[in-house]
Amino acid sequence: MTMDTETPVNAAAGLPEDAHQLTAKLRGAAIEALPPDKLMPDRQPAYVASWIYVFGILTISALAVVILTGLVLSIFGPDWWHLSTVGLFVNSLHLWSVEVFFFCMVIHLWGKFFMAAWRGRRRATWVTGLVTFVVSVAAAFTGYLSQQNFDSQWISTQAKDGINSIGAGAIFNVTNFGQMLMWHIVLLPIAVGILVGGHVLLVRLRGVVPPFAPPDRPTGGAAQPAPAVSEVQP
Amino acid sequence: MQTVSAVMAHVLGNIINLTGPGHYVNWGFIQLSVANLVVIGLMVVVFFAAILIPFKRPGGGDR
Repeated sequence: MTMDTETPVNAAAGLPEDAHQLTAKLRGAAIEALPPDKLMPDRQPAYVASWIYVFGILTISALAVVILTGLVLSIFGPDWWHLSTVGLFVNSLHLWSVEVFFFCMVIHLWGKFFMAAWRGRRRATWVTGLVTFVVSVAAAFTGYLSQQNFDSQWISTQAKDGINSIGAGAIFNVTNFGQMLMWHIVLLPIAVGILVGGHVLLVRLRGVVPPFAPPDRPTGGAAQPAPAVSEVQP
Repeated sequence: MQTVSAVMAHVLGNIINLTGPGHYVNWGFIQLSVANLVVIGLMVVVFFAAILIPFKRPGGGDR
């Protein structure tokens, strides 16, 4: 480690004698893969000007509300969210933001499926999105089990037979409130957060999938790279 | 505030009566609540609307 107070000329590049350090290598690789103008671009390709491209960010916006309301619920606890007026309101916000989250996510999924969004080296983008959907279903399921009411009791006693039938009941006990709550507020949110973050970075890395070319063109239906930022229209 | 809530609850309760068992549709071994069916129908409608409705650009004009 170099103990030097001298400020490098280019802070992102660092000093040449530090190039062998792990942090320098990681920073260099990250900047090379996703330079700032690619990570947070000012403009998008012209074909993105369609409502069907809006549902990805709508899903993330709903997820932000889910997380924020979940944080508030976790501060005050079950008595508050069941009995107080404000608690019931925040509890409802949590539920309805989940509804909006899945609503937008499914439309996003349909849109990307019919665009064959895995084209052009975007397979990892598609797969992370699909896995996020499955993990989100598990997160919502454990949320229903964590309500602390008759509804959660009913769902857990119905679900235990299904979970037991696949042999997972010993390690994933749906009637164990503490375990389900931990899955709901710790493990699965972390998984969803990592997956969504990776998904967005992959979208930035590979670009938004372009629509299929018209059939009269030679490349019709084939995978094609996203146009560079300089080629796009405002 | 309580009065407004009570009136809203009364009005909504008369429009959508949640007292009593839920309504379900059955198709073979598939059982689906009407509420979920409505949501799926809405998703289909919004999906086609998102494809068909022109997207207004900030600078004016459609896509």
